[in-house]
Amino acid sequence: MRLATVWLDGCSGCHMSLLDLDERLLAVAEKADLVYSPLVDNKIFPEDVDITLVEGAVSNEEDLHKIRMVRERTRILVSLGDCAVTANVPGMRNPFLTSEVYDRAYRENVTFDPGIPNQVIPPLLPYSRPVHEIVPVDVFVPGCPPSADVIFYAVSELLEGRIPELSAKTRFGA
Amino acid sequence: MNRPAANIKTLKIDGRDVTARPEETILEVARQNNIFIPRLCELKGLSTVGACRLCLVEVKGSNRLLPACVTRVEEGMEVTTSSERLDGYRKAILELLFTERNHICSVCVSNAHCELQSLAQKLGITHVHFPYRYPVVAVDASHERFIVDHNRCILCSRCVRVCEEIEGAHTWDIMGRGIDALVITDLNQPWGSSESCTGCGKCVHVCPTGALSEKGRSVAEMLKRRQFLPYLTLMREDRE
Repeated sequence: MRLATVWLDGCSGCHMSLLDLDERLLAVAEKADLVYSPLVDNKIFPEDVDITLVEGAVSNEEDLHKIRMVRERTRILVSLGDCAVTANVPGMRNPFLTSEVYDRAYRENVTFDPGIPNQVIPPLLPYSRPVHEIVPVDVFVPGCPPSADVIFYAVSELLEGRIPELSAKTRFGA
Repeated sequence: MNRPAANIKTLKIDGRDVTARPEETILEVARQNNIFIPRLCELKGLSTVGACRLCLVEVKGSNRLLPACVTRVEEGMEVTTSSERLDGYRKAILELLFTERNHICSVCVSNAHCELQSLAQKLGITHVHFPYRYPVVAVDASHERFIVDHNRCILCSRCVRVCEEIEGAHTWDIMGRGIDALVITDLNQPWGSSESCTGCGKCVHVCPTGALSEKGRSVAEMLKRRQFLPYLTLMREDRE
């Protein structure tokens, strides 16, 4: 199986929780090749990925571009964690205009050279949104972050070709 | 005890034969028989309003669904508390509650102790199918000891009822209609400036979510204590 993970607008906590699998990572590695991830040195998301775990909400133009490409190249797309599932903390900006968010971050709270960056940083979308509002998602793993046990269960089931039943094991905010 | 037979109703809930007093509701009888019916607005010890619609049940012979919390038992009733249709409606109601305000469980004082959150999990909700509304609503921390966070309010009106019916202050009420409705204190003024509020905290403890909380609580630290409610109700019934 070809496994990938991507990191959109999230804190990396879900990836940290994935690393918390500890020695169970070896069991996963026996059944899957990690072909793309912020944890490995591969710059291009490859074709024909069996399972992709997505951490983070879709908040800026880069996220949008990435998630569409990832969806096209992935058989089973997994929303990993509350940011991917609900927009969660990144979504807390949604009641406000992006111009207000930019001002808050780059002007009001800045003492050195305040100003909104116009290069390098991808522009924000009007709303930070759950992944399934942008592309179809096959499996939802709520939790902030989902525990290593929950991730291990979900990934193990997927590697065995089953869709995991997760509602008894995790929830929003878990 | 020799009660006249006429005072006991017999009915079926989910195929089980149960008995009830005529003034009891389907929800009360189900609860006595350990039959789970989800609800968020009803709370034992307060009046019932049928606001959340989660306790809708099917009753044989009725082509509409009936809220179990405000529907009295009847002789020979046949009640179904769980079906694909009911589960679908209940999930839709809960998902809509999540979209109506900004419920962010991971950073909520009531995380892990929230009735909305645990009910969503119990009904197997792993994501929300409807678009979120992201309304701009306030957090009022003007009270000395308590906070109201409208982002997390589901308008169950438990706070309104406990304040009026148990504390007798009627500080809380609901202002506006439909999607614009808000719980307010006195004449829609900051809670801290309310002259009728006694500061008893009953509203905080009956609130099913993190909408009402005590100051100084961080994420997942707000535990609600409800033991007082059946106790107070019982004591008052005895006195009558």
